[in-house]
Amino acid sequence: MNALPCTIYVSFTGALLALVLGSRSAMAARVVALLTALTAWGITLAAATSFVPMAGLQELVNVPWIPEFGIHYHLAVDGISLTLLVLTGLAATAGILFSWNITERTGEFFALYLALIGGVYGVFLSADAFVLFVFYEIAIVPKYFLIAKWGSTNREYGAMKLVLYSFAGSALVLAGLLWAYAAGHATGFGFTELVAATGRLDLTSQTGILALVFLGFATLAGMFPMHTWAPTGHVAAPTGASMLLAGVVMKLGAYGCLRVALPLSPAAFVLLQPWIAWLAIIGIIYAGFVALVQDDFKFVIGYSSVSHMGFVLLGLAAANPVAVSGAVLQMFSHGVIAGLLFAVVGRMVYERTHTRQLADLRALPLHRLLPFAAVVFVLAGLASMGLPGFSGFPAELTILIGTWQARPLWALAAAAGVLIAAAFTLRVIAVAFFSRTGPEREVPVAPAASHPLAPITWPEKVGALLLLGATIYLGLSPDTLLDWIRPALQSPAFHAILSGGAS
Amino acid sequence: MNPSCLLTLLIFTPWAGALLLFVLRRWLPVGLSRTLPVVFSLSTLILGLVALGRFDPAVTGLQLTENQPWIRALNVHYHLGLDGLSLVLVLLTGIISPLALFGTTRSIRCPAIHGALFLLLQGSALGVFLALDFFPWFVFWELSLVPAFFLIKLWGGPGAARAAYQFVIYTIGGSAFLLLGFAALYANAGTFDFIQLADLARSGALAAKLGGGFWPQAIFLGVLLGLAVKVPLFPFHAWLPPAYAEAPTGTSMFLTGVMSKMGAYGFLRILWPIFPAPLHAAAGPLLWLALGGVVFSAFAALKQTDLKRMVAYSSVNHLSYCLLALFAVAASGPSNPAATTSALSGTILQLFNHGLSAAALFFCVGVLESRAGGLRGLGDFGGVRTAAPVFAGLCGIALFSSLGLPGLNGFVGEFLIFRGVFGLAPWAAAIATLGLLATALFLLTFWQRVFHGPAAGAGVNFRDLDATEIVTLVPFVALMFVLGIFPQLLAGLINPLVTTWAATLP
Amino acid sequence: MNADFAGLVQALRPEAHLVIGALLILAIDMVWARHRPANRHHVALALGLISLLMAGYAAATGGTRGAVYGGIFLLDPLSVATRTGVILLAVLALPLLPDSRRLRHPAEFTAILLFATTGFTLMAAANNLLVAFLALELASLSLYVLAGFDKTSPASAEAGLKYFLFGGMAAAFLLFGFSLLYGLTSTLRLDLIAAQLAQQGPTPLLFVALVMVLVAFGFKAAAAPFHLWAPDVYEGAPAPAAALIASASKLAGLVLFTRLLWGGLDSAVGTVAHGPITVGWAPVVALIAGASLLLGNIGALAQSNVRRLLAYSAIAHAGALLLGVIAAGRTGVGPLFYYAATYGLATVGAFGVIGALESAGRVQQLTDLAGLYKRSPLLAGCLAIFVLSLAGIPPLAGFFGKFAVFTSVLQLGGLSGPVGWLVILAIALSAVALYYYLLILKQALVATPAENTPPVRVTLPAAIALLVAAGLIVALGLWPSAVLGLF
Repeated sequence: MNALPCTIYVSFTGALLALVLGSRSAMAARVVALLTALTAWGITLAAATSFVPMAGLQELVNVPWIPEFGIHYHLAVDGISLTLLVLTGLAATAGILFSWNITERTGEFFALYLALIGGVYGVFLSADAFVLFVFYEIAIVPKYFLIAKWGSTNREYGAMKLVLYSFAGSALVLAGLLWAYAAGHATGFGFTELVAATGRLDLTSQTGILALVFLGFATLAGMFPMHTWAPTGHVAAPTGASMLLAGVVMKLGAYGCLRVALPLSPAAFVLLQPWIAWLAIIGIIYAGFVALVQDDFKFVIGYSSVSHMGFVLLGLAAANPVAVSGAVLQMFSHGVIAGLLFAVVGRMVYERTHTRQLADLRALPLHRLLPFAAVVFVLAGLASMGLPGFSGFPAELTILIGTWQARPLWALAAAAGVLIAAAFTLRVIAVAFFSRTGPEREVPVAPAASHPLAPITWPEKVGALLLLGATIYLGLSPDTLLDWIRPALQSPAFHAILSGGAS
Repeated sequence: MNPSCLLTLLIFTPWAGALLLFVLRRWLPVGLSRTLPVVFSLSTLILGLVALGRFDPAVTGLQLTENQPWIRALNVHYHLGLDGLSLVLVLLTGIISPLALFGTTRSIRCPAIHGALFLLLQGSALGVFLALDFFPWFVFWELSLVPAFFLIKLWGGPGAARAAYQFVIYTIGGSAFLLLGFAALYANAGTFDFIQLADLARSGALAAKLGGGFWPQAIFLGVLLGLAVKVPLFPFHAWLPPAYAEAPTGTSMFLTGVMSKMGAYGFLRILWPIFPAPLHAAAGPLLWLALGGVVFSAFAALKQTDLKRMVAYSSVNHLSYCLLALFAVAASGPSNPAATTSALSGTILQLFNHGLSAAALFFCVGVLESRAGGLRGLGDFGGVRTAAPVFAGLCGIALFSSLGLPGLNGFVGEFLIFRGVFGLAPWAAAIATLGLLATALFLLTFWQRVFHGPAAGAGVNFRDLDATEIVTLVPFVALMFVLGIFPQLLAGLINPLVTTWAATLP
Repeated sequence: MNADFAGLVQALRPEAHLVIGALLILAIDMVWARHRPANRHHVALALGLISLLMAGYAAATGGTRGAVYGGIFLLDPLSVATRTGVILLAVLALPLLPDSRRLRHPAEFTAILLFATTGFTLMAAANNLLVAFLALELASLSLYVLAGFDKTSPASAEAGLKYFLFGGMAAAFLLFGFSLLYGLTSTLRLDLIAAQLAQQGPTPLLFVALVMVLVAFGFKAAAAPFHLWAPDVYEGAPAPAAALIASASKLAGLVLFTRLLWGGLDSAVGTVAHGPITVGWAPVVALIAGASLLLGNIGALAQSNVRRLLAYSAIAHAGALLLGVIAAGRTGVGPLFYYAATYGLATVGAFGVIGALESAGRVQQLTDLAGLYKRSPLLAGCLAIFVLSLAGIPPLAGFFGKFAVFTSVLQLGGLSGPVGWLVILAIALSAVALYYYLLILKQALVATPAENTPPVRVTLPAAIALLVAAGLIVALGLWPSAVLGLF
């Protein structure tokens, strides 16, 4: 357990190593990156096996850092952070496996990738708002370069948009936190101190602070209407980066909402709750409809990420223990599923067929040319639809239960979202992989269809199996994660919000 | 064999076969990949008969139960159980599946994958019939859609893509609200278990927990919607004719024989026990919808020229009879126990018998289609009886069973239903006879145009049934006779159950 | 007057080192190095560095003595830190000396740079109006010369001239303001002025003096609407001159004016942190700050010339620094100093990279930076650190500087006054700023280099300077208490 901060240090060290070694040999950089990611993931899994779920945060490191402002380098973990730490390790490892074929400036790619992962580990381990903010912003710069240099469609625009939105979100968070700290005369930047500081202010200020901080984090989580960066950015990003961005980095925003924003002001939260819930619902349904009409395969997945994150935000908005535990479960589940989907689209299909347009893919009998990819995508798609047996189902069920307890109407809207998700996922499975089926078809076979495509490499297989295994295991045994999450929600930090928020 | 895991074996043996076939698909010789699915599919019949041996009809509760905690955080249990209703449906599945596979597998390409998908579908259907906790039940319910989708899409006719997509989307649409309904139930009652929820409902505690107002009604409507799409209840039936028509023959047999029963089973196992009062309140309009289904689908079948669509609409018609009976029972309450018993037992019998006759009919249409090189219009055939008397004989029996000719199995169910409904809602029974009339008309048209008259179209030099086809049809036909003459073989399994239901009506 | 000459000499040891060093450089060059053209450059550089280092050592270890020589100078923690900081920045700027092809009089250049540094150190310690003005003029005149030093470039001449004209005008305003203050209070010492003004209360004449002083302040800090000189000067001046102007001049100027406004004129400060707003210099400074933030950030968006972009970003940073000045009197000068010093480091570094690149061709347009990662990984990496620090990305020092200043401003009164809302504006505009900073990095790290671009050779002194600057930025970002703890 005490080794958990090493995930941060190992990742940054690995980044430096990869940078140095990469100038000599691309394979060295890859191996270093994979070993680093595996080591960090191994640390999180080891911590998970010895983890004893408790109500509060379990301390890891707490040393004074900048005494003039009361800032401590304070790291701690609870069940919620542990869930997300394990997810980060899994997504990082899979992402590196799916980036095995990067040949241009390989060392720099993996250095930036590992730096991003290090920043993400840092956010999940932080127990001081300043530290959280620092790690959050450290993660921003690698994102830009990963997309701008190694990305595809519209990459410079996509990278800039993604980074500017992320930074704007974090600027909002900073504004809110500084307001609370200064006006409330906080003694430091620890979460409890900030909550106490906010509590000393009048309701208008509290509402303003909560709105700023929640909005800032929700931007990174892709809440409507600040979600437009996500499809553009994720489509532009290279596969490994999309997997990490959609799978884990979007969860940074949701985690910030849960850990920092929600406990700040229960009174103000009651006022803002309907707004948050309805924006989340609009996000679920609107993004779903947009996904339904996309022509680019990757855009469908990009918009589906926004739609699924809407579920997470809805669960947080419902603010009772069941809904929030469902939201955290959905964070993990979607992290894995999004990784799978982007892996198939980006790495398995696009890099072989060099097209992502559904119209072009329709002409190829992909289920014959890429059977492994077809099966993986079908399973990933089913998971994304929330089909029982995969991790999305217990997550969405729990969110529905919790949301019903808060306001039944919200749950009804969310159920509609489930249906729309099924529609667009099924459409894309059918069109992309299974359109040329049956003995005779009216459209003549394109010449490209008869050429065999490059076989699926072993890193892709291992990566896909890791992610698939995770989603199926969790679909059948969500207790593993729920046993960590539910006790964490009983901590005093959440007490006011989770009992006051439910209607 | 340890009795307490018989039901698990029932469900998972076909799945084990599916996994085996999928993993070994490249190494299996073609012959083996055609026979292995049939063998695994037969396991259901064998295990079902074992269950039949262990089953005591006099006990009206659930038997052979298995109940393990599964997801503590959500109070979910892996709860399986068997009563008369489920046993009947398990046996039906055990009969139809191997016959459907056996009869059609020789003309299927990629038989290993097809077999794997079919076994997956079979296991899921069995799971639906045996699961007693919403979480595993819903897992099986939704999982059944996946192999069905691929079976229709990959082996189906020209319009298969659209039909499969529509089928899945309609069903998922309904089940999204079913899911919401149960999430809401759990939010209020704290359990997903059907038996516990039924107990709560019976004691009135559930109504107290749910409270009043709009939302409890909404929960009921959600669950109703999810099940109604599956049966299908008019007007949620639009997905069915294209799906059944475009699906390959074996899949159509299974869809109509088994999958359509899943919806009706849901009504009997879930909707009625847990929501008796709302069902009673809504039964009036629902009765009209069932009637609409009966009448409109029969007349729609009359207008079809595609034989497969005709049989599909007749499926809607026959299943609507079951719903008619059920809603009539719900509407009238405990006023007339004899009629209620009659209606309910008729429903269950009709489920079984319709499964047999409809599956047999689809097979016959499949034979016609394969002989005619893909044509299956009403006008594409003529005088088949002279060229293929055996086929005409067997198919004729199936047609008349579907018609409800006394002496064949179809009569028993329909008779009991009408007797019950007439006692509970006479006007409904009267209108429903229109459906009977139309059914008779189109089935006889089928019989006459295809089999009688001068040899025409594909009826010329129509090759009679070969051994495989005879072996497939004969069990159906034999059962039609046996159950027509000795209906108590089946009725004996369910009578105590039905009597208990009738007696405990609120 | 207390004739404590010994104390004065002790206090002014750094200035002595610098002046003697400058004169030595000129002498040695005239006598000896002029005849060895290949070594002129190195000799000047070496001598300049030695004298700067000795001055820096003297400044850092001089210790705080309080008032010196009857209160003409004040050596409190702020002045000690500023003197050391200014000298450090000069040390980092000097190695960027262009080579002999582009600079024909390296000794003169170095000597004038040392004179400018002397002016800065005197500005940091001044506690007397006249000394302050003299120090300011010494520094400014030196900088005018340095800006126009590159005789091969008409832009440099234009820069020098513009700087001189604007600067001269600002100096005139300042002198007039100072004379009014003397007229009001009959004393030149800042602390005595403060006491006198507190007794007298606000008068119209005081406000006229305030306006004059603030105009000069705005000019020195390159704040809107007194910023018009900055883009042209940054564009035209040679790299080390621009580096010095952007960093040390700003730091010294800010400290001087902070001491003036809070030390001398704090009775006329006015309220701007919570309503109702009362008249004083703080509301005016807040206004200037807001204008600079907006104009600087929005102006930078339109730039395609990297030096002009840095100039506009300097204007934007000036806005944030001015907010720090408003807070300095109440919540301490630590945040302001930290921000100004680390901003200086980053700017010296950025101009340093440009200067090092100029050995391989002109660097004016953003696209001239294209492919820097291939041409010189060292320069690209250092540029990344400097630009990201300017953008305010943790864990670099620029982030903490902004954080500290914003926090201290908000601690004044939260959002109940306009200055709090200015902080929110500044935070919002930092997102805008990230855009143009990323444009620089996009060229340097992502874009591919143009065909047949000559390779870049970075001289050893320049490389060391850049690495030291980068290292300091990272280190100070991770341990800000090293600086904050001084106050």
